[in-house]
Order: sequence, then structure tokens, then C-alpha cells
Amino acid sequence: MAKGLQLDHLRITLNGRLLVNLHETVAPGEVLSVMGPSGSGKSTLLSVMIGKPDEGFDVKGRVTLDGDDLTGLGPQARRIGLLFQDDLLFPHLTVGENLAFALPAAVKGRAVRQARIDAALEAADLGGFAGRDPATLSGGQRARVALMRCLLSAPRALLLDEPFSRLDADLRRQMREFVLARVRAEGIPAILVTHDLEDALAAGGMVISPLGEIRQTEGSA
Amino acid sequence: MRLSWLPLAPLLTITILLLPVGAGLAGVLAPAFGWFPALGGTSLSLAPWRALFAWPGLSGAVWLSIATGLGATLVSLAITVMICAAWQGTRAFGLIERALAPLLSVPHAAAAFGLAFLIAPSGWISRALSPWATGWDQPPDLLITQDPNGLALMAGLVVKEVPFLLLMTLAALGQVPARRSVLLTQTMGYGRMAGWVLTVFPRLYPQIRLPVYAVLAYSCSVIDVALILGPTRPSTLAVQVLEWLSDPDLSLRFQAAAGALLQLALVMGLLLLWRAGEYAAARLGCTCVQMGHRMAQDSIMRAFSMVLALVAALAVGLGILGLAVWSVAGFWSFPNLLPDQFTWRNWARQSGGLSRIAIETAVIGVASVLISLALTIACLEAEYRHRLRQTNRVLWLLYLPLIVPQATFLIGLQTLAIGSGLTGMQGAVIAAHVVFVLPYVFLSLSDPWRAWDARQGLVAASLGAGQGRILWQVRLPMLLRPVLVAAAVGFAVSVGQYLPTLLIGMGRVTTLTTEAVALSSGGDRRLIGVYALSQTMMPLVVFALALALPALLFRNRRGVLDRG
Repeated sequence: MAKGLQLDHLRITLNGRLLVNLHETVAPGEVLSVMGPSGSGKSTLLSVMIGKPDEGFDVKGRVTLDGDDLTGLGPQARRIGLLFQDDLLFPHLTVGENLAFALPAAVKGRAVRQARIDAALEAADLGGFAGRDPATLSGGQRARVALMRCLLSAPRALLLDEPFSRLDADLRRQMREFVLARVRAEGIPAILVTHDLEDALAAGGMVISPLGEIRQTEGSA
Repeated sequence: MRLSWLPLAPLLTITILLLPVGAGLAGVLAPAFGWFPALGGTSLSLAPWRALFAWPGLSGAVWLSIATGLGATLVSLAITVMICAAWQGTRAFGLIERALAPLLSVPHAAAAFGLAFLIAPSGWISRALSPWATGWDQPPDLLITQDPNGLALMAGLVVKEVPFLLLMTLAALGQVPARRSVLLTQTMGYGRMAGWVLTVFPRLYPQIRLPVYAVLAYSCSVIDVALILGPTRPSTLAVQVLEWLSDPDLSLRFQAAAGALLQLALVMGLLLLWRAGEYAAARLGCTCVQMGHRMAQDSIMRAFSMVLALVAALAVGLGILGLAVWSVAGFWSFPNLLPDQFTWRNWARQSGGLSRIAIETAVIGVASVLISLALTIACLEAEYRHRLRQTNRVLWLLYLPLIVPQATFLIGLQTLAIGSGLTGMQGAVIAAHVVFVLPYVFLSLSDPWRAWDARQGLVAASLGAGQGRILWQVRLPMLLRPVLVAAAVGFAVSVGQYLPTLLIGMGRVTTLTTEAVALSSGGDRRLIGVYALSQTMMPLVVFALALALPALLFRNRRGVLDRG
């Protein structure tokens, strides 16, 4: 069976209007950018991918991950990591606790879990931040914690919903490189949803509209 | 898939609210038409009504109830609107907002006692003015607190209903672009107050309509405040009904049931009248807009409305202070402002009984709050997980126990409870309290619960957390403050309940409220001070805890409290 994330003839309509029409495979470590203006079906695609489709949408086709059909599974069972433009760190938990929340319970032993969390923080250049209140971190630091939290839950794929749009230009480039490097290092397929051409091109993969029109093929940028 | 009881929560909650109201109405309807087998009433007749209409005080009592209901509601709404129109969006308004929670948590009975202690002939106001302004060297023989026109009663209601309506208005203001609307009218030359009343109020009123109806129904049928501040002979209809109900002559229960139904009819009639008044007010507003008067000179009105707000707040605040001073007063001669001696004797003498009653009050309050909170969270969580929508009809159901007069359906409920041997049991009193605590807990918690960023739940789910874990580890901790505030509101409501405790407890379950109100006829101010102050402190302490606990727990988590 094919590795990676496959959108298998995925067609989403609302009241007869076609919003999403995609048939693509995203290989591990690759990023597919879905680009379009707001209202073009990007968020609909996201909600279908994570298993929480809004009411009234008609979904045809299926999403498979490493060959497993995800149809009918809720967000808990899909193991697709999510990054929004807001970091959405849990404000009542410390940075370390936020990461612990994500770390699967199968990782047992206090010391082992702590070591994983510390390693994740190190990887994000945030060594020693475990005890910090997320509210005291800068925007870029929070975004990095959010990414590490996502990766610690051992996702099999990643959905990036305009994750850089709240950051200013410098930070944006750094964060983008950091995320893309992690995606490649972890070897998981990712879909980036954005309205920003620069973000989409920088992802390095194919750029496509929700209706499947190709904007830019891989590597031609 | 695991079977869950959660989708049933809304139905269960509605049943818990409606069953007592419905059963209570049935339980009062039967005896009102002569059916009460336990008392020998086994045939339907109009005799209870004939007896009711034969009572010479009836028209006086009915008019008094109508005047109190309409008067207190009109004045409370007018003050609320004036304060908002004149001051919304200013710093002074922020101060008013902050004073709301403590004012709201003061039980009606305690506020009424406090007011009585202020305005009575030997009260603080008369003492402050004597003898230099009044010439009195002993308390004058004037009927101020229980005046026959019910003005003191109305005042007692107004000082408590204004904070309630203000809070409801504040909640509704979030959904109206009030400041921009007022600014727009100001650029056209309108006065601030006129602009607010003409453009903000019409959009706001539909959202505070139900609270206003609750105030109208409550003011028309209130018992504890009327016992303390209301006139006697005749008293209001609701008080008279209670008097018949507690008469040793059991045959008066038929007449009481008929009176309770008449009370319901009065409230319905007033609500219809009010509805008609809403149309009239709307027409008047449209006429005003047509004429285009700017009414720009409103500085005097603005100052006046601030004075009204201050007077209302001071009446409660100074009243409570008065209760506190009386509770530690020894000999206190007129017209001295402070007692000649201070003593703890009043408290020491009561300590045994007081602590027992305080514990009973707390147990009933905590139990009814926990039940209400569990039901509320279950309903809201069911709504979130199963994507249910709250309709306007559901809101009406929530308000039903607050709009159908207590004096009507609780009497019927008592009749049923006596029949099934449930009266006098703490559990039955708790169940009765839930009927009134639940709506407030729900109204208080539903907005912050729904305003929670659902993406937090989505992120947690994508990290592998199940629904239960999201609820307990993410949502509830993040919403700790609104949950505790809702609990404190519910606790204050429970502590303040008089009639449910009295009627379902049958004198065997006593709370600080029933005890304090029972003392009112005795007129021992020191004793009243002790009980009414205890009654006030209990919800206040709980409110303080509800605010302090999250601040303490999350002192190093700035992000939690910024949002809540």
C-alpha cells in the first residue's frame, strides 16, 4: 500500500456548489500547499481531513493515510496533527505540561517522559522552558512550542492552517524553515493551507487550489 | 460505540424544571375548586372562590400587589436604562460594574432589613438628622417602613432589582455595537442619553425581556420582602395567602389555593399589560425619532442617574452596615449615631443555634448548587458534542420557574408533598431549591461556556485526547472562574430562598433566611442584625472564594484569566 496521505477523489459540495475536488497523494516528508482566497473551501477541506465536517456538506471520496481509510474516524483516532495560525497552547498548563498532554500515554516512566519533553524543547531552541507560563513567551516561542506539542503526539500526518500568518516577516521565514525541516526530519506528509503565495512556494511542494487546479508544480519555483 | 447518557441531559434538566412547576399548578388548582380529600374536600365547588371574594381586604391586597409589581419594575428598569444610557463606556460605569457582584449576592431579606434599619423612625437617617434638623429627641411615631401604600416595599425591591437588571443588560450589551451607535448619534448632535435610548435600547430590550418579566412577576408576588417592608391589613395578596396557609384553621387552605390562583392571574394580567406597554413605548420611540429632537442637554439627567445609582447602592451597603452595627449593639439611645456600648453578647447568645442553622443553610446551598452545576455542564457539553442549538423556547423554559409566582406553584407543591410525606425533609428542600438555583447557574455559565474557543478542543482531540479528557483537563480548568462564579451565584440564590424552604421544609428545615424573616415580627433588632448579617456574609464569602481561588491557582498562568 502507498505510504503517505492520499486524497482519493475527494469531492466536497455545499448545496450543489463544488468546493473541493482533489485527487492527490502526499508522500512522507513532502508538503502539499492548498492555496486559495478565503471562502474557497480551504477550511472545509481541513474540517473533513480532521474528521469534524460541518453540517450540510456533502463529502464524496475518501482520505487514506498509509493505506488506511480514515472515513468515519473522529479526530482522536486519525492521529493527524493540527497547527492553526493561533498557537492555542492550553493557558492553564505550563509549557512542559502542554507537551506532556500531547505525549502518548504509551511513553511510560516519569524520567523517560521528561527526557522526551526536554529533548523536544531543545530541538526548538527552548531548553529550560518546561516550567514557564505560556503567556510569558514571545509569539515565535509560542509557535515553536505549539509545533513541538503537535509533533510529540506522534502524528502520522500534519495539517497546517495558515500557521505563519500571525508572525511578522522575519519570524515568519524562520518559523517556516523550522516547520519544513521538522516535517522532513520526521518523514510525515503535510498539507499546508494558505492564502499566501510566498508561504505556499516556500513549502517546496506542489501548489494547488481546492478545486484541484495546479498553480505550481514541484520544484519549478 | 459507547452508550452515553449525555444526550439525555437537556431533557432531564427540562423535566427537573418543569415537573415541579406543573405539579405545583395542579396541586393548587384542585383545592381552589374544593378538591382536597385529606381535608374532606371530595367534590368540586366554587366555595373557595366565594370565600376569597367575601374577604373584605381583597381589593386592597390586589391593588397593593399590582402597584408594587408595576411600580418596582418600572422604577427598576427606568433606573437601569438611565444608568446605562448616561454612563455606559465611561470609567464610572466600570466602577458600577464592579459593585454589581457584591450587591447581587446580598439576599433580598437582608437588603430589606438593612433598608428598614435605615429609614425607620429610629433608623440611621432619622438619627443623622436629629435633633438638629428635625427637633426629634425620640423616634417619631411615623409609619415609614410598613407604609400603607407599599412605598418602602417598592424601594426594597428596587434596590435589589436594579443590580439584577444591570447585570442582564451588561450581558446583552456585548451583542450590540452600543458605543459605535451612540458615537454615531452624537456626531449627528444627539445627546448621549437620547442616542442610547433611541438606538441601543430597542436592540437590547428583546434580550432583557425575560429578566424584566421575572422582575415583574417577582415584585408582584414576593413574600419575604413584603413581610419585612410591606404594609399589614391589608398586606399584599401573596402575604395574605401565606397567612391563610399557616392558619391553624385548615379549612382556610381552600381559600389560600384560590388566592394563589388569583395571584397567578394577576401576574399573567400584568405581563400582558406590560407587553402592551412595550408596544406603546416602541411607538413613542419612533415618534421621537420622527421629530428629530436632539436632546443634547442631558448633563443634569446624567448626574441625576448617577445619584440614583449611588442611592440604590448605598441603601444596600449602608443597610448591611446597619445590620452589622445592630448585631454588636448594646444600649443604643436615640438620636446617637452609634450605640452607647458595643458587645458580642448578641452573637454569643445565638452561637449554638446560629451555627446549626448556618450549617444547614450551607448544606442545602452546596447540594443544590452541585446538582445544578452538574446538570448545566451536562447540558452544555451535550450541546457542544452533539451540536444541539439552544432555541428561544428553551430560554423561556429556563425562566418559567422565575416567572410563575412562587406563591402559586410552591403552595400546590406543598400540598402534594404533604400528601406524599416528603415535607420537612432536607432532600425535598434541596430539590425545591434546585428549581430556582438551576436557571441562574445555567444563565450565568452558558455564555462563557459557549464562548470558549472550540479549536482548543480540536487541538486536544488531534493530540489524541478523548471527549472526557478534553472536558476535565482542558475545558473545565480553562473555565474554572466562570464555573465558580456560576456556583457562587447559585449559592447566593439558594441562601436567599424563603418560600421554598418555609413551605417544603414545614418549619423542620430552617435556614438563615427563614430564621431572619421569622424574627421580623418580633422586632428584636440585635437578633435580626445577627441573623441577617450572617445571611449576607455567607454568599459574600463564597463569591470572594470564587474570585480568589482561580486567581490563586492560576497566578502563574496569565493566559487563563485574561480570557475568562
